[in-house]
Amino acid sequence: MTSDAPLAAASLEACVSVQAADFDPGAETLALSAGRRDVGAVATFVGLVRADKGAAEASEISVMTLEHYPGMTERSLQAIVREAWERWSLQGVRVIHRFGPLVPGERIVFVGVASAHRGDAFAACEFIMDYLKTRAPFWKREDTPEGGRWVDARETDDAAAARWGSPKVQG
Amino acid sequence: MSVKVLYFASLRESLGYSHETLTLPPTIATLGDLRAHLARRGGVWEALGDGHNVRAAINQEMAGPDALVQPRDEIAFFPPVTGG
Repeated sequence: MTSDAPLAAASLEACVSVQAADFDPGAETLALSAGRRDVGAVATFVGLVRADKGAAEASEISVMTLEHYPGMTERSLQAIVREAWERWSLQGVRVIHRFGPLVPGERIVFVGVASAHRGDAFAACEFIMDYLKTRAPFWKREDTPEGGRWVDARETDDAAAARWGSPKVQG
Repeated sequence: MSVKVLYFASLRESLGYSHETLTLPPTIATLGDLRAHLARRGGVWEALGDGHNVRAAINQEMAGPDALVQPRDEIAFFPPVTGG
């Protein structure tokens, strides 16, 4: 999605992808300003699977599996993007979130924001990640050689989302 | 009325299935009523009752206990989200 006009539903759909496949952060970053002369800043975030110790603290995570709620996931990400678009002056947004089994080092999520100036790009990128972590219906399961467990939600993530003020996006 | 109910993540795993179609008694008007109704099944279902950390959505929008349940709604129950 790259437009200064109010968001059409079609362009909102086009800027969100929920997929099993990997993505190319370089290509996605370039696409946010391709053919444009008015974009002065592109801020991006890439989230990766970390090889933390699992619940038993015995060995590292071998696989992290992301479950999601097909349909609601896309709708909630689109609602978050729409809210970012209303709060800041943006020229392009791209959100990609993967699901399924992932191993440490693999990419999970991409958020890219194009704007005229860095302030709006940085803020909107962080806002989208903070809201995504507390509102988009994804759940992580960690597996180690000793067994698996579902990852607990973190209060620090709620606090990070709360600092952006009263949400229009309910969570 | 009849509704479709979905379960996700640890809740789906502990219940042993991901969805069911329920025919609800006429006394159930709100999501809170439905949660109490399901919690009365006992065992792992008690997680849907008050004081447990299970979130809900109606027709793919987050919903609180006062939200009205309508015929043919898609209602989902799940733990707090952990994506990103």
